[in-house]
Amino acid sequence: MRSELTESTLAVKDACFREVVAAGEPFMKEIKKGQMLRILDLEGNQAVDTLFYSALDPQERYDANNTIHEQGNIYLTTGTILRSNESRPMLTIIADTCGRHDTLGGACSAESNTVRYALEKRHMHSCRDSFLMALSEWDNGMDKRDLSSNINFFMNVPVTPEGGLTFEDGISEAGRYVEMRADMDVIVLISNCPQLNNPCNAYNPTPVEVLVWES
Amino acid sequence: MNDTAAATFDTSQALWEERVPGGAHWSGLLRRGNTLRVTDSEGGANVSMLFYNYEDKLERYNMADTLKGQHTAYLTKGNVCYSDMGRVLCSISEDTCGWHDTIGGVSNARLVRRKYGQACYQEYRNEFYRNGFDSLVNELGKFGLGKRDLVANLNLFSKVSVDNDGNMQFREGNSRAGDLIDLRFEMNTLVVLSTCQHPLDKAPKYAPMAIDLTAWRSGTAGPDDPCRNSCAENQRAFTNTERMFA
Repeated sequence: MRSELTESTLAVKDACFREVVAAGEPFMKEIKKGQMLRILDLEGNQAVDTLFYSALDPQERYDANNTIHEQGNIYLTTGTILRSNESRPMLTIIADTCGRHDTLGGACSAESNTVRYALEKRHMHSCRDSFLMALSEWDNGMDKRDLSSNINFFMNVPVTPEGGLTFEDGISEAGRYVEMRADMDVIVLISNCPQLNNPCNAYNPTPVEVLVWES
Repeated sequence: MNDTAAATFDTSQALWEERVPGGAHWSGLLRRGNTLRVTDSEGGANVSMLFYNYEDKLERYNMADTLKGQHTAYLTKGNVCYSDMGRVLCSISEDTCGWHDTIGGVSNARLVRRKYGQACYQEYRNEFYRNGFDSLVNELGKFGLGKRDLVANLNLFSKVSVDNDGNMQFREGNSRAGDLIDLRFEMNTLVVLSTCQHPLDKAPKYAPMAIDLTAWRSGTAGPDDPCRNSCAENQRAFTNTERMFA
């Protein structure tokens, strides 16, 4: 299934912020209420593990369960309201040229790599390592406790009617993007996923670009 | 399915039992090698539940790792619950219900007010309307934990299926009176739960149902255990767990 694709009305030349995030790197930035945030898949099939926190009170954060049970659908796309653990709107997806995004698959970690692939995979780079480094740099008291169920932009984790769950080849391509409007001041935390053991990055992690527009 | 044969255990090993009314919240320590049976006493119960390593509560149940490791979106007999550190908090050694939800989350004050209206303590005393989020925060607070620790939870006895377009469907009648699930703890675990209704429950009335808790000394999963051997991922997670207790 791929829902209707929605293109943005914003021109890249008008963006007030642009930064390429290399494969395997984190990214963290405050996005003000009303600003538009775009994540651009530069080379295709790249999973972008993403968390959001209220800038005012980071104890209020993105909540995957509230987001999906309020809309009655497990996939995120244009029109999806990204909700907090207080069930308040944090951001709204306003454009999406990929079609759907995952929020059940979580982020990889050294420890989950030992379980999913082999005990020897512990030492491969992982999203949790990137998240922890970014939180440490941000230095506002946030740490591992603040890592909850994330969004995986551009990642394809279908759930079947029988309750099966698998990681499938991505449905994104080079140049596809997802764009959100912030409904409150938020901090975005991204890990540009370094996973090499499953098809979430087509076994080849690549860079993405983050763009921001003023309201 | 309500298999009475499944309901037997060695009663000489029994530790305690307790009834938790509908809409209530509860927490407790379940030690490695003990099993907690949760019984849907009257049918139609929902138990929003979370697990934490009792010695290091930063280690906690991880929904995504649990689902990815076992290639499933729901839990039943033979599955285990993973922590975010690649270990097995508990394994599901028995289950007569067949489907326990992992993706629906918990209700909150706004949702309960929207669905059922308002019933405050001052008027309704202990019949007042409660919600899953506040209930879990309440129990977590007793251990120095809070909203930061409230992650994606289990909903025992509830079924939410997903169609090919991703639409979520709450299945009524998933659990009948007497249905039970046995959680065998492989680590010393803080269990936190709320018996509020599932957020997608279609029932028009606030009518949370009671559960019974029974604990006994069961021992941990042996080398031939079906939960351990249901997939290679579980075998590795048990190895990680046993290294911690070595």
